[in-house]
Amino acid sequence: MTASPTILEMRSITKEFPGVKALSDVSIEVKAGEIHAICGENGAGKSTLMKVLSGVYPYGTYAGDIIYQGQEMRFKDIRSSEHAGIVIIHQELALIPELSITENIFLGNEPGRGGVIDWEAAKTEAIQLLARVGLNDDPDTQIKNIGVGKQQLVEIAKALNKSVKLLILDEPTAALNEADSQHLLDLIRGLKGKGISSIMISHKLNEIEAVADSITIIRDGKTIETIDVSANGVNEDRIIQGMVGRVLENRFPEHESTIGEVFFEVRNWTVQHPLTAERLVVKNSSFIVRRGEVVGFAGLMGAGRTELAMSIFGRSYGTYLSGRVFKDGEEIQLRTVSEAIEHGIAYVSEDRKTLGLNLLDDIKRSIVSAKLSKISKASVVDKVAEHTVAERYRKSLRIKTPTVDEGVNKLSGGNQQKVVLAKWMFTDPDLLILDEPTRGIDVGAKTEIYGIIRDLAAQGKGIIMISSELPELLGVSDRIYTIFEGTITADLPSAQADPETLMKNMTSKRAVSR
Amino acid sequence: MSTTTQRKRSGGIRELGKMFGGGQSSGRQVGILGALVVIIVIFQIATGGLTLDPTNLINLVNQNAYVLILAIGMVMVIIAGHIDLSVGSVAAFTGIVVATSMNSWNLPWPLAILLGLVIGALIGAWQGWWVAYVGVPAFIVTLAGMLIFRGGNQFIGNSATVPVPDAFTVIGGGFLPDFGPDFGYSNPTLLLGLLVAVIVVIQEIRLRRAQTRMQSEKAPLWVSVVKVLILLGIVVYATLLFAGGRVGTSFPVSGIILGVLVLAYSFVTRNTTYGRHIYAVGGNWHAAELSGVKIKRINFFVMMNMSILASLAGMIAVARSVASGPGDGVGWELDAIAAVFIGGAAVSGGIGTIVGSIVGGLVIAVLNNGLQLLGVGVDRVQIIKGLVLLLAVGIDVYSKRQGRPSILGLMNRRRTASPGDQNATPIERPVVEPTNNAESTSRSQSTTPN
Repeated sequence: MTASPTILEMRSITKEFPGVKALSDVSIEVKAGEIHAICGENGAGKSTLMKVLSGVYPYGTYAGDIIYQGQEMRFKDIRSSEHAGIVIIHQELALIPELSITENIFLGNEPGRGGVIDWEAAKTEAIQLLARVGLNDDPDTQIKNIGVGKQQLVEIAKALNKSVKLLILDEPTAALNEADSQHLLDLIRGLKGKGISSIMISHKLNEIEAVADSITIIRDGKTIETIDVSANGVNEDRIIQGMVGRVLENRFPEHESTIGEVFFEVRNWTVQHPLTAERLVVKNSSFIVRRGEVVGFAGLMGAGRTELAMSIFGRSYGTYLSGRVFKDGEEIQLRTVSEAIEHGIAYVSEDRKTLGLNLLDDIKRSIVSAKLSKISKASVVDKVAEHTVAERYRKSLRIKTPTVDEGVNKLSGGNQQKVVLAKWMFTDPDLLILDEPTRGIDVGAKTEIYGIIRDLAAQGKGIIMISSELPELLGVSDRIYTIFEGTITADLPSAQADPETLMKNMTSKRAVSR
Repeated sequence: MSTTTQRKRSGGIRELGKMFGGGQSSGRQVGILGALVVIIVIFQIATGGLTLDPTNLINLVNQNAYVLILAIGMVMVIIAGHIDLSVGSVAAFTGIVVATSMNSWNLPWPLAILLGLVIGALIGAWQGWWVAYVGVPAFIVTLAGMLIFRGGNQFIGNSATVPVPDAFTVIGGGFLPDFGPDFGYSNPTLLLGLLVAVIVVIQEIRLRRAQTRMQSEKAPLWVSVVKVLILLGIVVYATLLFAGGRVGTSFPVSGIILGVLVLAYSFVTRNTTYGRHIYAVGGNWHAAELSGVKIKRINFFVMMNMSILASLAGMIAVARSVASGPGDGVGWELDAIAAVFIGGAAVSGGIGTIVGSIVGGLVIAVLNNGLQLLGVGVDRVQIIKGLVLLLAVGIDVYSKRQGRPSILGLMNRRRTASPGDQNATPIERPVVEPTNNAESTSRSQSTTPN
């Protein structure tokens, strides 16, 4: 109700993908000169909303209106939104490492005439822009030679050069350390003073609490509420409540767990980022899995869940620093994927299209691909056995396909996921690590997959389930670990956990034990 | 109702498609096979029957056997996602060493052939090591190899031509020795034809047995009968053609070597774990690695195998031209690569078959041969070959980008997709996986427009 005028209003934005409504009637209002935070769980629709705003999804592919500075905007691509002064800075920076700071700032926007770049002007301009973001590095420095924190500042300088009026920051501090984050947040506050509004997406609620003037909470593609921080104040609990407060539907299989003894244990696991040596993506993590137990791993994007799983599975991610793995009381070595498979460990990856399946292949070949030796003699594949195996899984997992000779690219997401599950069940694992097993598949298929998971546990297998969906974790797992910034922060029996507790442990190191 | 007849028909056509490698790329291959038949018919008419003349056919096989052998190795390299530019130079290098070994060191020819294969293996191990274990792109490694082994050839041979003894020439331009009573046809060729005919029938019987055991939807019997009859017709026709040449000629030895290699490598790529792994690495190496495939070993193997086949091709070419020289093998890599791509392999790897590549190679061979018979100059032949390559791959790339099958594969694709596709198959889901991973896709989405 204050006097400051509205710079942006997105009215009733609805965006549908085939089969899924990503955004449904989402509205958001950003006032001039404010920092507006958008909060929501992974997959709530935050990024989709920002893509609508920045023209990645052009006008016509969504329903609803974008009113910007009093005018209705119809962006047809990123260029047209940038032209209007809306600049988006992505979590994964879009700088070119081999080019200099100057070259990056002016990329696609080079000063000069007739295609000939005026480097003198560019450099002078670059120095001024860098000064505005508090950077005094030589503008000729190559991007790869400055740290991530400074790269983030160069991104902002680049945005300033485009005379930005509304800056969108997607997880700006995700890759930054404490000091760099602080500097960045100060800068955003400073820009606010100069009339540049910001929309900030972040999982770090303490930062939001510190800088945001208002907060819009999105859940399941819908606007839940907008909190006016300057008027009413806010605390983390309040935000969490909005983010997770949904009705738990009864779509999880009824189950009675028969949990056996501990058979798998990881001790003091520490892993380095594959490229940045100073970044530890997994820090001194220890956990156990019992037979017949479904163990959930809860954490926000970038917390290190996938990194933990993949680094254990044959060191497929990052650089192993330290840690030991025990199975059935004996220490085992898992240096390669085939060793991991030999030891009865299976990993169903988060991204089935790029990591889980060869999309050029057909169903039957995909199913046997992780343990071809099981159906071959002297390296010759027994195609009859292959077909029989594939048929068995097609029936038992109810993979919807006319034949197992069909290409996997013709299947829906849920059925592709069943093929991946079949592929790993075929390796006879004792421990199945499922990374976001229900990502991107519809509700019906999800329920089926939950059933499969519980069946596997009932057979005495240990299951690790990594998921961003808290209701799913609570509904399917027996026990849940929370992970934040590469560290395991809590170990909670699901019977005693609720979304608020989990979210608290997922967003801060100060573990709240219950 | 109509759906059942449609299903039957599609099953039959799919079975026929499987003759040429099966899998998702079969549509393209059936198309290219059709193109080959059309080209042969056109030239047969245009040359007034000279194309399908025994002497011409024997020549055609002899002239092209070595390029087709290269195509076998090349398609495996390309399926795995690499390329090999060094094959011509490797062939020439092996050729000169083998020729010198017989000419100057009096090595018996069987030992010389063995030496040639060992050289190929060593060169392959060298290149494979760079590609697989050091991680230098195969394009660069083999570009270097192209220079190194071309230079090696000229260094060893002093840029001169080295002749080879007569006994050795059998593998290049030789024929099977005739025997038995004279029917007016070459008896060994007839025998060979009979052997192929028997194999064709046995294969079909085995296929049907396997289908019975799999309890899968079996193609109706008439499809099998028609298929076998068509194949037998081709075999009989080809046998009589090759057997009916000048006295003393038969189906060429180089063609037999090629045939054996095609069968062996088709088996390896289709039925062995090695073959599966090659496709897996080329199709999605991330997924392959996470499935326990030893990627480095596979890359090493395909590069090494290619050089061994290049050495064999080099020896066959030397045997055919009765001497090894400094200009041997120039441009062969391009012929082999063209054959592979015309034969339906994907530029990005993961797709391709041995048989398809052979058919692709034959398309070039017949074009070459037919145009020459018509008196078209080498200059224009090259232009036409270039356009054919561009057209074949261009159609493929275009159709993939449009998410549609190629014109050649269109008919086939529509039929193979027909069982139950009325509602069940959303052809191609959008690149953006919408629901829960909106965050993770944002990067790839957003970087493109910049």
